[in-house]
Amino acid sequence: MKFRIVKDKIAGSTMLVLTILSVLLAVLVGWGLYYKSLPLLEKNTLWDLLSSSAWKPSKGQFGFFAFIMGTLWVTAIAVLLALPLCLLSSIFISEYAHPRLRKIIVPVVDLLSGIPPVVFGVWGVLMVVPFIENYVAPHFVAYPMGYSVLAGGIVLGVMIFPLIIALFLEVFSAVPREMRDASLSVGATKWQTVKFVLLKKSLPGLVASVVLAVSRAFGETIAVLMVCGSVAIVPQSVFDSGYPLPALIANNYGEMLSAPEYESALLFAAFLLFAIIFLFNAVSRIVLGRIKKRIE
Amino acid sequence: MTIATPHISVQNLNLYYGDHHTLKNINIDIPDKKVTSFIGPSGCGKTTLLKTFNRLHDSSLEVRVEGKVLLDGENIYDKNAEVTSIRKKMGLLSQRPFPLPMSIYDNIAYGPRIHGEKDRHKLDEIVERYLKDVALWPEVKDRLKSPASRLSIGQQQRLCLARGLAVEPEIILGDEPTSALDPKSTQKIEELFLELKEKYTIVLVTHILRQARRVSDYVAFVYNGEIVEFGPTEELLLHPKEKLTQDYVKGFFS
Amino acid sequence: MKWKKIEEQFFKALMILSTVVIVASFFLIVGTIVSKGLPSLSWEMLSEIPTGDFYMGGEGGILNSIVGSLYIAAGSSLLALLISLPIVIYINVYLKKSSWMGNLTRLGYDVLFGMPSIVYGAFGFTLMIYLGMKASLLGGIIAVTLLIIPIMVRTMDEVVRSVPKELFEASYSLGATRYETAFVLLKQVAPGIFTAILLAFGRGIGDVASVMFTAGFSNDLPQSLQDPASTLPLAVFNQLSSPVEEVQARAYGAALILTIVVLLISISARMMSKRLSKNKI
Repeated sequence: MKFRIVKDKIAGSTMLVLTILSVLLAVLVGWGLYYKSLPLLEKNTLWDLLSSSAWKPSKGQFGFFAFIMGTLWVTAIAVLLALPLCLLSSIFISEYAHPRLRKIIVPVVDLLSGIPPVVFGVWGVLMVVPFIENYVAPHFVAYPMGYSVLAGGIVLGVMIFPLIIALFLEVFSAVPREMRDASLSVGATKWQTVKFVLLKKSLPGLVASVVLAVSRAFGETIAVLMVCGSVAIVPQSVFDSGYPLPALIANNYGEMLSAPEYESALLFAAFLLFAIIFLFNAVSRIVLGRIKKRIE
Repeated sequence: MTIATPHISVQNLNLYYGDHHTLKNINIDIPDKKVTSFIGPSGCGKTTLLKTFNRLHDSSLEVRVEGKVLLDGENIYDKNAEVTSIRKKMGLLSQRPFPLPMSIYDNIAYGPRIHGEKDRHKLDEIVERYLKDVALWPEVKDRLKSPASRLSIGQQQRLCLARGLAVEPEIILGDEPTSALDPKSTQKIEELFLELKEKYTIVLVTHILRQARRVSDYVAFVYNGEIVEFGPTEELLLHPKEKLTQDYVKGFFS
Repeated sequence: MKWKKIEEQFFKALMILSTVVIVASFFLIVGTIVSKGLPSLSWEMLSEIPTGDFYMGGEGGILNSIVGSLYIAAGSSLLALLISLPIVIYINVYLKKSSWMGNLTRLGYDVLFGMPSIVYGAFGFTLMIYLGMKASLLGGIIAVTLLIIPIMVRTMDEVVRSVPKELFEASYSLGATRYETAFVLLKQVAPGIFTAILLAFGRGIGDVASVMFTAGFSNDLPQSLQDPASTLPLAVFNQLSSPVEEVQARAYGAALILTIVVLLISISARMMSKRLSKNKI
């Protein structure tokens, strides 16, 4: 009889320990990466690391500016592409589409989210890169090249479609039906209702969703790496190659064990990613969580 | 009103839900082997009061309970009280039936099993006996292995009653147990209560005054977190002393 | 008055167009992979390990990657399940509703869920060096486990949270302990747990960045946990840019198989969760 109670308590404490340890993992990852990047941080100031674009590992020069700009270009293009499309599309799905149509669209978007990054990369190499090289870039630049931040941005944009749509749909569903009805019943059109009620009401949620999507885009590695050219320069136009931070890690980490400083630099890049994404994620999740709670 | 040998005795019970003072200084003695009903408008706190009896508020963070609930003279809110053995003494019937996700047989056998009964034959006997007690046996005896969720709602509620009885409780707590049922199933449950009060103390929450009158020996009128009036059924429903009670029952029995 | 209508029509057309673009992108991607991968798919591709190398090329298929992927995805799913399940039970059964610790854990997992796999890969590899491990099947399993624990915890937590509290009360009122009640709960949400496993498996089998340092790469079948292993995504990534056609073909073949596997997993996960909502009480 008492044995049951003891079992309950033991199981409880075991699970508690496991839960605490697992959450500490987040701290451990951050601390581990920071610890490993300390050698680099001791030699250089943070500002130098972030603002210099001199990247010569053999000479001990580690300037991340080009990589940071590469990341920003690719992310910006991806978000500029995905945001309007996803916003319009999720308004359509949530407000206009017939339920039967919705039942077809939503699963397809879901399936898109399951496709592995490397497959997106293959698609980028086979379709997006040649398309830019042959049809787009020649109109703008003298030496057209497909492997560019534009290609990276497009592939990345498609990759974050499902995430943005899922988040937007959730935010829209938090707006009560009655609020829409109230607007419609005073004679507003559906679009006016969307514009003045739905979008206004869900603005904080939409912003938080975009922040979350940006942080996802920041960290995406393989697909972008495969199409953006990996040249360590600061891109001047969308047709230039770029070299985002995650790609830098993926391309070089594992082969630099003989050079501790180089390793430190790459793990500093990983730490940068970790820190930025941690911050963005935490803030947007807290905002989204508040919104979700409101409906419950 | 005083009860000679109360089965449950609530003393100076206060319950706070966050900042909201939900139950205010409740004092009531629940008589042994009788049916006692809590009536009152929805949101008055009658279900909350019922759930304090087997400490189901334990898992809510916002709820704070002060005061005593004595079960056979022992305070169930005592620090050393063992909550599982308290709950074992009380069967609960909720508003909608919630069969456990297993077969009809296992639903009944679940309680006895966790309390240590392993003998297959004994379990068979227990299942048959309590299914008979709730008059479900003839309907399900050939499909004991099928999932309980396939039963009708009325059958499910009787199954839940049998499941509660199988751990041999002393008390049955019913939280508007017929509110999701059709009239025929409701009648069956009510008839069961009248039979079961020979052996069990029954506490019911109901908003149907006619039901309170049909099945209960005592009625307490709960309003705004307080017990306004408590007394024998006929007396309270037909000749209430308090103005609030009069207003509430007026119209139902005139 | 008329302007209102034009505006409505205009935006509606834009919305439909956007939706078409988004839906089409899915079919475009799958179509590209199928049209490139199908010609290179053969029995040989599925049943043989590759010979030769990146520049020289050679015969053979991608059996090493198929086997490696299955080992890594299955191993890490199992490991992640063993870790995630107690956590989900703890925050839902043992902790009170909306306790600060539960909320903090959930937030922590939200954040971990958003971490890119390259971070797990880099961290995992650093950890392996620290522990003196070499790139191996085991290393890959550990890195992928780290990656998919948040997926499992979040998916299962969502399912468990949708269980009505009355089911808990039904079990408690029979005198069951929290530990015993947890098993009732698991029975109730079994399809949801299966969905979570499928989703995690799908994510695990498709990821490159977490395994590219930790699993190593090998043309041979791994014989033990210490052997380096290839995975399907690694086969795609490492062989796509080869100048040799046969090697490239292996990349396309691997991409197609990976896509098929992942789509099958996504679809069955969807069907599973549909079944779950039907069983809801």
